[in-house]
Amino acid sequence: MKITTALLASTALVVTLSPATAQDMSNEMTIVSWGGAYQSSQQKAYSEPYVEMHPEVTVTWDESSNEAVAKLRAMNEAGNITWDLVDVVAADAIRLCDEGLAMEYDPDDLLAEGADGTSAEDDFGDLIVSDCFIPQIVYSTTFGYRTDMVGDTPPTEVCAVFDLEAYPGKRALEKRPINNMEWALYCDGVAKDEIYDVLATAEGQDQALAKLDTIKDDVIWWSAGADTPQLLADGEVVMGSTYNGRLFSVIVDQEQPVGMLWDMQVFDLDGWIIPEGLSDEELARVKDFVFFATDTQRLADQSQYISYGPARLSSAPLVGQHADLGIDMAPHMPTDPENAKNTLLYNYEFWADYRDDIDAKFQSWLVQ
Amino acid sequence: MATVITLKKQPYSFVGPVSAAAGGFAGLFVGTAQGSGLLGIILGATLMAGLAYGLMTLDLPRKTVRLGIAAVFAAVGFLLSGPMGLIIGALFGAFFGWFPAWLADGKYRASLPPYLTAREVLWHYTFRIICGLIFFFLIAPIVVVMPLSFNAENFFTFTPEMLRLDPDGYSLKHYQDFFQSNDWQAALRNSLTIAPVATLLSVSFGTLAAIGLSQPHVPFRQVIMAILISPMIVPLIISAAGMYFFYSRIGLQGTYLGVVLAHAALGIPFVIITVTATLVGFDRSLTRAAANMGANPVTTFFRVQMPLILPGVISGGLFAFITSFDEVVVVLFVGSASQKTLPWQMFIGLREQISPTILAVATILVCLSIALLTTLELLRRRSERLRGMSPG
Repeated sequence: MKITTALLASTALVVTLSPATAQDMSNEMTIVSWGGAYQSSQQKAYSEPYVEMHPEVTVTWDESSNEAVAKLRAMNEAGNITWDLVDVVAADAIRLCDEGLAMEYDPDDLLAEGADGTSAEDDFGDLIVSDCFIPQIVYSTTFGYRTDMVGDTPPTEVCAVFDLEAYPGKRALEKRPINNMEWALYCDGVAKDEIYDVLATAEGQDQALAKLDTIKDDVIWWSAGADTPQLLADGEVVMGSTYNGRLFSVIVDQEQPVGMLWDMQVFDLDGWIIPEGLSDEELARVKDFVFFATDTQRLADQSQYISYGPARLSSAPLVGQHADLGIDMAPHMPTDPENAKNTLLYNYEFWADYRDDIDAKFQSWLVQ
Repeated sequence: MATVITLKKQPYSFVGPVSAAAGGFAGLFVGTAQGSGLLGIILGATLMAGLAYGLMTLDLPRKTVRLGIAAVFAAVGFLLSGPMGLIIGALFGAFFGWFPAWLADGKYRASLPPYLTAREVLWHYTFRIICGLIFFFLIAPIVVVMPLSFNAENFFTFTPEMLRLDPDGYSLKHYQDFFQSNDWQAALRNSLTIAPVATLLSVSFGTLAAIGLSQPHVPFRQVIMAILISPMIVPLIISAAGMYFFYSRIGLQGTYLGVVLAHAALGIPFVIITVTATLVGFDRSLTRAAANMGANPVTTFFRVQMPLILPGVISGGLFAFITSFDEVVVVLFVGSASQKTLPWQMFIGLREQISPTILAVATILVCLSIALLTTLELLRRRSERLRGMSPG
């Protein structure tokens, strides 16, 4: 009798612990991500170990994060959601959430507790910038420069980008106002904590564009993350902005003569959203996967493959060495105190409100 | 060519400026590569004018002079930019050692009818130069890709090692990557399963449609033809978006069948056009003769009509195959990630991570396309030969 009770109790425990049983979960999962080294880090840290535990699951990766918002809109319109889990930047997650295309979730219900026992909500903290957004990594947009093209005085601060006399040559900047406007105002003497107040006014926007005007003839505009590394490797540009993980790969992996400028790096977040409208089986599988893929250890594991900071506080102490290169990853994290002396955080609220206006202004400035 | 053409020696007042012009043109490219296009033009022009003068006044044996000039140019090229410069320099030198002599001896008129005026001769060569330039601008981007695909680095860059022709600068690792990476192999498999099935469908439906539409008694032939050809004329993105919503509703979106059907629809116009063209030369009395001998329409089709229009069917099929094999827009809409084809994989590879593996794949695809087009051309010639032989 006692044994039966104990058995029953332990079964009950197992049942309550695992979010759903295997029978009512879909065995196919389409995950959308960015391709390249980033996606392969997710495969190694999340999906490969997951499939090892659940061999019945097949994971298909779709490299469509770039157009995730448009595609989800089309899918919604056609009433045919074919994606199960989508990796997007926080700004896109906010848009998708507002449009009702992404599912709202309860962090403490969906996500694992931190390894140290803190609740998921506290462990992710402020990084849950939207009710639909499941944070994964902190990345930054920052500058790289050709070490052999800057003479004996390599740049140490971001305003070198606007200094054509000291650092002649082309620069690569992203073909959008976000980040560029902030850097322009900062280098035009606007104090860091006033940047967004200034940028909210028409004069402030003109001021930023006027500053960008000083280097406009020397700018090559990029739109895909792979562009700047290619331009730097070619020696086509002397410096250019891109994601810190891309620069890490150019410098450490590909051993190109490129240096990194951490000054005024702009932090941003990337994470998952679950599309609205999945069937119960699909949702059960996705929830199971997300629970696994966002726990403390898994987020720390991802940093073995790419130099992006895990979005959980409890993962930070577990960041170890690069899986292939065997170097310590901590100094390459954008969040490392050495690197994060002077930083900016992507201002989601500001850009949500002003993006359309400033975009239009920026685009018309671009063709002038 | 029985006419005897007397080759006249040409005066320097003609050879000099023409050589100088050619030199200036070449100098533009060399100069631009070295930093100043204008300086290149001036130097090239003066150099060639001087060279032509020297060639014409000093009566040296032509062969020796040509070799000498090629050697000098090669040496200069080597000094300017290493082994690659050596090759380019030698080629330039060989040309410019030959060019003024060719002009001065009047040999440029040798293969032309003697009655042509100077202006006609000029046009004859200008036309060839224009054709050559068009050819060059069409081919150069494709050719540039090929050496880059053997790059030892992970960027689209001609590294200094490559330009030095150093074996270390080259590697087959991107080809290896293509053959070993699961993503690329899955994409290749998808392309190789989708394209043949789509081709088969296009060829069957397209041929039947073409035969039907060539019957004079079919009503609304022009209209039906226009509708069937429309996938070729309507912008691809519009067909793709339309197919996406339609296929989503009927549950075909994201399935192999959906992609195959979409590609078949794109391939059908090519088959219809080529088969209709071959049917124009098809003698209808042959089918009547077959019927007269007791063959039913199906037998007539397979035994009489099909063999005669086969070249058209095959070339239409090749076009349909290439259309499906190269297509990226429709598959992005109609397919899902598990139907990722080669062009899709290349598209995302190019956007997310500029890796020379794409160039390796491109090189392989270019070779494949050349092989297919060669087949097409051989078939066309065969069909012409057959037609020439058939009576009437």
